Amino acid sequence: MSDKFIGTPKKATTHTNQNEDLIFEKSSPGKKAYRMPALDVPAVNAQEILGDVARKDLGIMPELSEIELVRHFTRMSTWNYAIDLGMYPLGSCTMKYNGRINELVARFEGIAEAHPYQPESLSQGVLSIMSTLSDALIEITGMDAITLQPAAGAHGEFTGILLVRAYHESKGNPRKKIIIPDSAHGTNPATAAVCGYQVANLKSNPQGMVDVTELEKMVDEDTAALMLTNPSTIGVFESEIHRIADILHAKGALLYMDGANMNALVGKTRPGDFGVDVMHLNLHKTFSTPHGGGGPGSGPVACKAILEPFLPTPILAKKGDGTLTLDYNRPQTVGRVRMFYGNFGMFVRALAYILANGPDGLRQTTEDAVLNANYLRAKLSDTFDLPYKTPSLHEVVFSDKLQARNGVKTGDMGKRMIDYGFHAYTTSFPLIVPGAMMIEPTESESREELDLLVDALKQIAQEAAENPDLVKTAPHTTRLQRLDETGAARKPILRWKAPVASTPLTPDTAAKEW
Amino acid sequence: MRYLPKSPQDRIDMLAAIGEVTPGVSSIDDLFATIPAEYQFKRDLAIPRQHGESEIVDAFKTFAAGNATGYTSFLGAGVYRHYKPVLIDTVVSRGEFLTSYTPYQPEIAQGTLQAMFEFQTMICELTGMEIANASMYDGSTGAAEAIMMAVRVTGRNAAVLARTVHPEYREVIHTYAQHQAIPTAEVPFDRETGRVDLASLDASITPDTACVLIQSPNFFGTIEDVAAIAEIAHAKGALLIVSIAEAVSLGVVRPPAEADIVSLEAQSFGVALSFGGPYCGVIACKEKFLRQMPGRLVGETKDASGKRGFVLTLSTREQHIRREKATSNICTNQALVALMVTVFLTVYGKEGLRELGEHNLAKANFASRSFTADGGARQLFTTAPFFNEFVLDLPESAEDINTALLKEKIIGGLPLRKWYPELGPNASLWCATELTTRAQIDATTHALSTVAVPAGAAR
Repeated sequence: MSDKFIGTPKKATTHTNQNEDLIFEKSSPGKKAYRMPALDVPAVNAQEILGDVARKDLGIMPELSEIELVRHFTRMSTWNYAIDLGMYPLGSCTMKYNGRINELVARFEGIAEAHPYQPESLSQGVLSIMSTLSDALIEITGMDAITLQPAAGAHGEFTGILLVRAYHESKGNPRKKIIIPDSAHGTNPATAAVCGYQVANLKSNPQGMVDVTELEKMVDEDTAALMLTNPSTIGVFESEIHRIADILHAKGALLYMDGANMNALVGKTRPGDFGVDVMHLNLHKTFSTPHGGGGPGSGPVACKAILEPFLPTPILAKKGDGTLTLDYNRPQTVGRVRMFYGNFGMFVRALAYILANGPDGLRQTTEDAVLNANYLRAKLSDTFDLPYKTPSLHEVVFSDKLQARNGVKTGDMGKRMIDYGFHAYTTSFPLIVPGAMMIEPTESESREELDLLVDALKQIAQEAAENPDLVKTAPHTTRLQRLDETGAARKPILRWKAPVASTPLTPDTAAKEW
Repeated sequence: MRYLPKSPQDRIDMLAAIGEVTPGVSSIDDLFATIPAEYQFKRDLAIPRQHGESEIVDAFKTFAAGNATGYTSFLGAGVYRHYKPVLIDTVVSRGEFLTSYTPYQPEIAQGTLQAMFEFQTMICELTGMEIANASMYDGSTGAAEAIMMAVRVTGRNAAVLARTVHPEYREVIHTYAQHQAIPTAEVPFDRETGRVDLASLDASITPDTACVLIQSPNFFGTIEDVAAIAEIAHAKGALLIVSIAEAVSLGVVRPPAEADIVSLEAQSFGVALSFGGPYCGVIACKEKFLRQMPGRLVGETKDASGKRGFVLTLSTREQHIRREKATSNICTNQALVALMVTVFLTVYGKEGLRELGEHNLAKANFASRSFTADGGARQLFTTAPFFNEFVLDLPESAEDINTALLKEKIIGGLPLRKWYPELGPNASLWCATELTTRAQIDATTHALSTVAVPAGAAR
């Protein structure tokens, strides 16, 4: 691989990985990977008892043996990068280590096999898990009440904004708009729209923070809330947070905090203390539940007492005899946002993480995350443009301005990091930084791993100066080269079809087909 | 703290390195100086102290012991106990799947992407639809998203829901619909068949109706006449959305191919009950509705050298591109659970899914016959086919009978009075799967016959 690098990458080397067709292409009639238990009741004929609602066949569903399945999925797994392999410096995504004890305890029989409708008297253990986690999250956020029901961060936003809406409706007017800074995650404006609000876009000030003067002009009696990410998506704490809250509260509006970056604050400051009325947490970010290739997440919503009556039903309550119960008698509730009680399995993992840390561990975790980000910032600030000089907490956002002069963009350097044994940082976000390179190391990286990243990024910057094409065509060491994403969107192939059905279409039919 | 890979000296050295570039930084507290002093949190959080790994195991063993174990259960009602092949945990415990992120860098995420493509393909085959997304949160939110999708597709703004849709799904739909200004109407069920009342359905569809949402098998376990319902909906220009909560039924029940959108809860395919989640919703539909589909989609493409590969595609529908104009605010989905489903479906495969479905049919048939012939119960809705759930009208209140059964370590069916008062206090919903044994059914039949006959005399 020497011809593919100017120097020698310290972290990565190429190795053989195996090819593996789609499961359907490997299937042969008559192979089995299962064996049903002996049927201890009379057999029935499905065609006979179901009549015209009986299924005739299962088409292309696969037929393989067990060893073939094990190899199929194991081979595919080797094509993935993962935290277990190395650093994942994706800004905003908080790719921290996922403790394995969390996985073990989530599979304990009384926990994994608990049916959501089993009698409450036989559910006290699982309800205690919810109660213990709720208490811990309320203490960590400094809020008054919580719901664990939302299934992910964006679902938490939806729930939080519904609380805001219900609160205003209880005062006689739901109000019309939600103010959202231009540095926000895309879920924020999408959420406001789903909740029936107009989005008012707030431009950031030259420091990348909330323009308080502009905010003051925008907030009026039609403003339902401000959705604020704190620390912001450039990793900066909004120092004027209390003035922001005061401006909103003076007009009867509320402060919603997107808790995506809560891992910068745990044990060091509490949103409930600095004026936040309602916020969501991402258990899959701050509290280490695994990302799993894109989910499941969990997005609890914590709020102040004024919003408590509106929480989704049911809420957890304690009965006179000390046992836990689910309270459905909530006349002012916004309703249900999900069936049952939320992604319970994620509550188990988050609580195991909190127990593994304790108050001292959580504080040290936050401090290490911020230390790591500032270390990278210090080590790389002579290599990349730093558009906002404001001191940052858990992540740092550089731009590709210096390298773009040679035609090398943030996305190119992100792809090149793959060749050096890393996942890319977050590219092109936040939108207020053109060519953004958003790096969040989390607390899970050792100094050694951080130094490897610094070396890799400095080498990539050197390549961008000396041999830009090497970077622009990266990655070079992966099993596949850059993929044609435009082609994928122009002529979408979203499922496998048996060869006879996937004969190339003529251009004319293709147009109709897609 | 064992998760933190730093020595005390590392921290000192790293602070010094930061201080060289940033004058004024010499302590950790200096890094947090942007937080106003009055909001700096100076005490320890009042949460449980740091636990050793063995202590965490013990703590959760105690939690686990506080729940039902060793009981025979006949609960279903939207979440089903099926056997979970060992391979599922073998696969999802691999760190490369468990600890990877959303596959935004396809060159190093082909494992996740190919598995999702296989998932989408199998969901299409099972549901009779042309395309499927890479998952939604769950069946309830998926059904709500499907309705909003139908509103966008048709340009109409109202929805008709069958009363036989899971009551908690309907509650979630109501929460979503009210702020989208989507009025909903409810269609009653036929008291003989337990199916949607077709005459009422026809009457409830107006020119504003974007879609009709039904569930099949429905909340009572009864399989709906999808073709007849589709004909009624389509005749008035409304789309038909079929919600499926018991996915294992698809091994033996005809796919709802006449539907326009199918919203599936795939929990039955190998996902633990886990007190209600995480599960795996998924939306499948006709190809012509592709641009209105919410959630992530995986598509096939080629790399620069012409090799086949997979990518997330059509993201211009999604929030990170379209912001407030997106098809949904969904971001994180249920990828790892979708992988569990994919493993389950490949383990059982074409023959196994049919055989699994037949075992469920056999157990539910045997259980319902036993409970009615010898247990003193009467089965409702016997004139329509059912899969693995059925409604019993018991000789006494369902709650009282359940209380008595608990003493025999049996968790009886779900009392329906809370949601269906029209069925009276004695109706409850029972489920038997391939894991329900004949011995359990016989013991329950015996217990029912002793606790319930004659009325009130058992206690």
